[in-house]
Amino acid sequence: MIPTPTAGVSYAAMLLCLAFIFLVPCAAAGLALISTGLGRSRSASHSMLSAMCVLAVAALAYFVCGFAWQGFAGGPAHVASVGGKEWSWLASGHFFLRHEALNGTPASLAALLGMLSVGLAALIPLGSGADRWRLGACCASTAVLAGWTYPLFAHWVWGGGWLAQLGTNYGLGRGFVDTGGAGTIQAVGGLTALSIAWLLGARRGKYTHDGMPTAIPGHNGVLVILGCVLALLGWLGLNSAGAILYNGAEPGQTAVTAINTILSAATAALTAAVITQARFGKPDASLTANGWIGGLAASSGACAFVSPAAAAVIGLLTGALVTFSVEWFEVHMSVDDPGGSISAHAMGGLWGVLSVGLFARISATGELGGQANGDAGQWLAQLVGIATLIGFILPMTYGLNWVLDLVYPQRVATEGERQGMDLYELGAGAYPEFIVHSDEFTER
Amino acid sequence: MRLFGFLLLLAGWGIVVGALALLVADTPRIAFVLAGIGVEIAGLVMVIRAHPVRRGARE
Repeated sequence: MIPTPTAGVSYAAMLLCLAFIFLVPCAAAGLALISTGLGRSRSASHSMLSAMCVLAVAALAYFVCGFAWQGFAGGPAHVASVGGKEWSWLASGHFFLRHEALNGTPASLAALLGMLSVGLAALIPLGSGADRWRLGACCASTAVLAGWTYPLFAHWVWGGGWLAQLGTNYGLGRGFVDTGGAGTIQAVGGLTALSIAWLLGARRGKYTHDGMPTAIPGHNGVLVILGCVLALLGWLGLNSAGAILYNGAEPGQTAVTAINTILSAATAALTAAVITQARFGKPDASLTANGWIGGLAASSGACAFVSPAAAAVIGLLTGALVTFSVEWFEVHMSVDDPGGSISAHAMGGLWGVLSVGLFARISATGELGGQANGDAGQWLAQLVGIATLIGFILPMTYGLNWVLDLVYPQRVATEGERQGMDLYELGAGAYPEFIVHSDEFTER
Repeated sequence: MRLFGFLLLLAGWGIVVGALALLVADTPRIAFVLAGIGVEIAGLVMVIRAHPVRRGARE
């Protein structure tokens, strides 16, 4: 039987967890605003509608089969015996949440948190596919992500799966640790965003004939920064709920989780601002916003296990990583990612996973806090998680979306890009009084 | 090249999982996990090089 980490969680902790879960939609609202603000004005309405549809499809897919395959530690699962050890590969719950006691049990809270988290993960690729991803295609891609990819990895991490069992099976620290979903939500969503950016290709006019990228600035910085603030609120809920539900944190311990979340985002944003100031003479608003989101994504890994000083260092390194990563993807990899989703979520999330091995304070008995962790096994568990994300989840999500692209082309027609997604797919723009004028279709 | 890159990614992950399942001693296990990650990095480089995403500029 797989151990249940929340078996001893108090009623007060469960109520607090529920309250934290109710904050998570703020993160979704934040990401939707950021994607919209960093995209073009002629696709703004399409971007917001896509976000709403993605949330809806994700919730439904998760309801139909997602939670059945994610499961919860201690629940029924498909288990393989490998070298005498039990490896839990996939939960075997009932579809449509049948036979689940939805009355405040840890499993029911996990179902609720999962239903919102999977929407958050599905929103991430919207940023990388902005201005060219068809509405129907992003809904279909979301169904695949929410119905299979996310639940599979979430089972491995939060459902008592083989990554969570690395501690008990092989003595690797506490097993793969991911408090608020740096790997499970952010990296899975970010790697899907990379797949989508690869499959869609760049926006027309993004690259000149000799391969140099051109700047296509976001249309509304106010939306972007407002989205960042909303995202902070959502992340406070996400990380705190994860700490209680998946790591057995007491209600009082969520204070340090929240402090770490804020510090990570703050230092990441300031680092990005300072770097862009030093490099370009002025701080760059979109890169600073990406740094902020990257800091939040990275904080999700170790926020319940590190000191505030360590959280600040994690954020500082995230700000630098995201800033240079955005340029690297755009210039050297020719990946057109208008929302910076790949850098902020995939790179930030992977770094957040690694930061657990570097900075986490986990006692020998697997409890939160305590002395710095001298167990090299935790390092290895985190590395195995990263290897799984890059070596298994990335090829799988790419392959699934590639097949989807064959059946239902994901990129909008050339005319759709010229007109803008609003007019072409929805028939009306977000800002009807404005005249949209951008001439990137002329020869450079 | 793209397919080969993705196969390398999967192969690297297979090495990592295989090292966990088959090796008992710490040192070879760590070595093989790192080797698996190295194979993944090689696969990732191949996938990246196979994706010159400039469709928009050429159409």
